[in-house]
Amino acid sequence: MAKLTLKERFKKGAAGSGDAVRGSKFATSIFRPGSPFRKGYSDSPRNRSYVVMNNVLYHLHPVKVKRHGVRLSYTLCLGGMSFFLFIVLTITGIWLMFYFRPTEMAYADIQALQTSVAFGSLVRNMHRWGAHLMVLVVFLHMSRVFYHGAYKAPREFNWVIGVILLFLTLFLSFTGYLLPWDQLAIWAVTVGGNMASYTPVFGAQIKFGLFAGLEATTATLLRFYVLHVLFFPFIIVIFMAIHFWRVRKDGGISGPL
Amino acid sequence: MVDIPEHLLLRSAEARAKALGITVEQALAEMKGESSPTVVDDEPEVIEVELSAPPKAETPAPAPAAEEVKAETPAPVETPAAEEVKAETPAPAPAKAPAAAKTDTPEEVDFAPEVKVTQRLLTVVKAKPIQKATSEPVDKVNTWPHLMLPEFISLMAMMAFLILLSAILQAPLLEEANPNITPNPAKAPWYFLGLQEALSYWDPQIAGVMIPLVIGLIGFAAIPYIDRNKENNPSKRKYAIMMYTFFLAGAGTLTIIGVLFRGPGWNWTYPWIDGIWFDDLLDWIYFE
Repeated sequence: MAKLTLKERFKKGAAGSGDAVRGSKFATSIFRPGSPFRKGYSDSPRNRSYVVMNNVLYHLHPVKVKRHGVRLSYTLCLGGMSFFLFIVLTITGIWLMFYFRPTEMAYADIQALQTSVAFGSLVRNMHRWGAHLMVLVVFLHMSRVFYHGAYKAPREFNWVIGVILLFLTLFLSFTGYLLPWDQLAIWAVTVGGNMASYTPVFGAQIKFGLFAGLEATTATLLRFYVLHVLFFPFIIVIFMAIHFWRVRKDGGISGPL
Repeated sequence: MVDIPEHLLLRSAEARAKALGITVEQALAEMKGESSPTVVDDEPEVIEVELSAPPKAETPAPAPAAEEVKAETPAPVETPAAEEVKAETPAPAPAKAPAAAKTDTPEEVDFAPEVKVTQRLLTVVKAKPIQKATSEPVDKVNTWPHLMLPEFISLMAMMAFLILLSAILQAPLLEEANPNITPNPAKAPWYFLGLQEALSYWDPQIAGVMIPLVIGLIGFAAIPYIDRNKENNPSKRKYAIMMYTFFLAGAGTLTIIGVLFRGPGWNWTYPWIDGIWFDDLLDWIYFE
């Protein structure tokens, strides 16, 4: 038998070796008609529509989009990046929760995470830099939308939701800032809490509610922890769902300048 | 005679059989021309009603659509069977017969509406749809693969960037939190440092609350309702772009000052002389 080059071998392997698996009843029960993972998928306009239409992705994307909308230089993919970073932060955040107690042990837990947990340091770094990145990307997304005038009718209200999402992102980042329970965390949050205390009329009450006391203690830590891992994610997911839905309902991506 | 589909023929035959009180087979045979049409020469019920009703000479038949009357209301008596089959719906002979007969004297029982019905034109409906389904053609492409592939690549690139960054740069972790030792300066997270910087200029109630709440939240949310300009072209919305750019420049300047140029006691420092007083950046600076 003649020797095959690597490329030929790859082509041959990809041609039909997986068909028995891909055509099995089990596989066809998972992948809906039109999925590229199904046996006999061919690149046709009909199948291209089915990829989206018969997929959970249909909740996010229409079957067809305006040609200018797929130009990377138009949106820079910033909205999608924000969402992606949120997902990355959720996954790494859940992972971090396994090793973290929002008590006096918090600092020791972070130290143990960095020194004795496999990939602990990497995941913590990803969570932290990802959070900073998300604040930045969400803000850039807002600026991009502003400069394109994409907030104009009929997208006014989606802009309002977007502003709410920006603030929720900031709150998420800020509440997470306290959790390592080191000097950087506690004093940054103290500064932030003091800013909130300048609110007219209710200043002292807001600070008391935020800190669960007069200053940042482990009670504050627990409060910020619950806000960070449960409350704000819950709220932001609802607003994100409306935000994405409105993008579709308000006529997809805005037009070029 | 045109070929009539068997099922239509059967349906028609059933209707006719029911109307005339004959068997379906017989009606079918009549329609196919295999036997002579049944003639019903007395319909006692109808005649009785007609006798009691005062004759109206000029009343137009209450036929809904003039065109259809011919086809749909076959005379149950005289019309040849084949013609009746043409109607798609089963012949509603019993229902319409009295109506047609109203115009008649009871003696001569003639149910043929073609002769009696006067028709008038109510309206002319042009053959076009009521709804206009025309939309402006938009240049569109399939989401798969034209949008999803670039998206996927961007996400992978972002993921690679994030993992690389996290592998290289260690997130800061200082000594354990101690409320009794206040660092100098104590700085907020970087995205609040512009605000903290503004706080050193103005009254805290203005800088700490009015700016983030009134300008930040309410002001920004209100932008689409304040900016009534419908134009998207940058040259036609110079004012809006100028305002936003001012905001960006202002916020950026304050943040950079807060991060890099403020040292102990919130005094002005130069990062290249006094170092950076922002612990979040520690590992960016002392990077081995």
